[in-house]
Amino acid sequence: MAVTRAEVCVAACADLFAGDGEILASPMGLVPSLGARLARLTSEPDLLLSDGEAYLLTPQGEIEGWLPYRKVFDVVAHGTRHVVMGANQIDKFGNQNISAIGDHRKPSRQLLGFRGAPGNTANHKTSYWIPRHSKRVLVDAVDVVSGVGYDKHAGPFHHIHRVVTNLAVFDFDTPDRRMRLVSVHPDVDIQEVSDQTGFELPEYEEPSITRDPTEQELELIRTVLDPGGKRDREVRV
Amino acid sequence: MRDKRMTPAEVVAELSDGMTVGIGGWGSRRKPMALVRAILDSPLKNLTIVSYGGPDVGLLAAAGKIRKLVFGFVSLDTVAYDPYFQKLRQEGDLDVTELDEGMFQCGLLAAGHRLPFLPIRAGLGSDVMRTNPELRTIRSPYDGEELVAMPALHLDVALIHMNRADRHGNAQYLGPDPYFDDLFCLAAKRRYVSCEQVVDTFEGPVQTLLLNRMMVDGVVETPNGAHFTSCVPDYPRDEQFQKLYAEANWDSFVDRFLTGGERGYQEAVRAWR
Repeated sequence: MAVTRAEVCVAACADLFAGDGEILASPMGLVPSLGARLARLTSEPDLLLSDGEAYLLTPQGEIEGWLPYRKVFDVVAHGTRHVVMGANQIDKFGNQNISAIGDHRKPSRQLLGFRGAPGNTANHKTSYWIPRHSKRVLVDAVDVVSGVGYDKHAGPFHHIHRVVTNLAVFDFDTPDRRMRLVSVHPDVDIQEVSDQTGFELPEYEEPSITRDPTEQELELIRTVLDPGGKRDREVRV
Repeated sequence: MRDKRMTPAEVVAELSDGMTVGIGGWGSRRKPMALVRAILDSPLKNLTIVSYGGPDVGLLAAAGKIRKLVFGFVSLDTVAYDPYFQKLRQEGDLDVTELDEGMFQCGLLAAGHRLPFLPIRAGLGSDVMRTNPELRTIRSPYDGEELVAMPALHLDVALIHMNRADRHGNAQYLGPDPYFDDLFCLAAKRRYVSCEQVVDTFEGPVQTLLLNRMMVDGVVETPNGAHFTSCVPDYPRDEQFQKLYAEANWDSFVDRFLTGGERGYQEAVRAWR
């Protein structure tokens, strides 16, 4: 069976946690969750993962700890966490919006709210997952800054790691900390990536192709983590 | 020891227009919905609501009870956005203080500790600062680090729902998460706790006894009183009913469920099922 785009995205999300060690992985959304669990089953066995409510669970689904919301805020402030958030908008410096579209005083569309995005980005490693890469999401400037980007001052622990979309992987490792193409997914044209991005991407050398999952990873994704194939519903090709 | 038992209507009678009301729970989880419904039955208006928002905010928004909302998010958990809150933000005139979730906790803690503010990193560089221009930063006197000075979130009233309470105000949560209900009580002048069941003695670990009687002024027995939010282990969220709420025409929802008081509500829900 051929490797699907969703499976490439899951492996790219697993790679977000490379080297993270014994910290809390907090993936929002299905593909980042599969990625975090895949990383724990392969290269990052010491990652901690919650059930999305108040328990820390082992890979076998057993409760290994208690993490109600109040303790999550302790972990945030302690910094031992890597969150992968979604974004209604994200801009070239990595500012993210999940609060509102339009004027904050009277938005054209009210979204979730700031949630924990300001605290996450001020305190620990943060990555983003964009299942539908488009100019509506990757914008020149966000309407409301929920997650803080590299052109603002969010204190000594601010660190935006990467952005994974259904088309490509980005980082911010340029001198002026702008979003930069790291790799395009197999069968994606670079022109398509820039056409679907609402800001100019920095000049790139030949970017690499996002790696395929290994045989072992494919086996885990298909038989252990997501046998029902829900991943294909989150990623549009 | 005092017997603090009250009815929902008696609780609401102690509230007045313009008060700042903190509502416990989280999103669509263990919300004091029977007390919220009692507010809907009253002429109360111009409330400032302080909440980790769920359908409590949606109901009060739809009924025109909110002048100002202090929040970090409003969500129904399994339904991403509460439609009534969205409508009020997009079409109405709602004054908001929108915060990071951790800042919200920090503000409650500051109020509970009788401090004017507490320092926190959350908020730095974000539009929390731009959209709340009254917020200030402070420099550490030790190493000069700049931090947000989160002001105390003082509450006139806290409304909480717990699994069990005794008549004196000691109260217990039996689900996996206490949320921030103790902090809401510490931050408030008057504290009202509804519960699934009033008991004489508590069962379960002492760590589940979240509220003691110093923190509570009134106890209300409201079985199924968190409906349609979750109140585990007594009951999970009523997903079907929440969906009905989220997709309903407001006027017909009111006619069908919200005109007969709490008893009428619970009967209408049973009949609907």
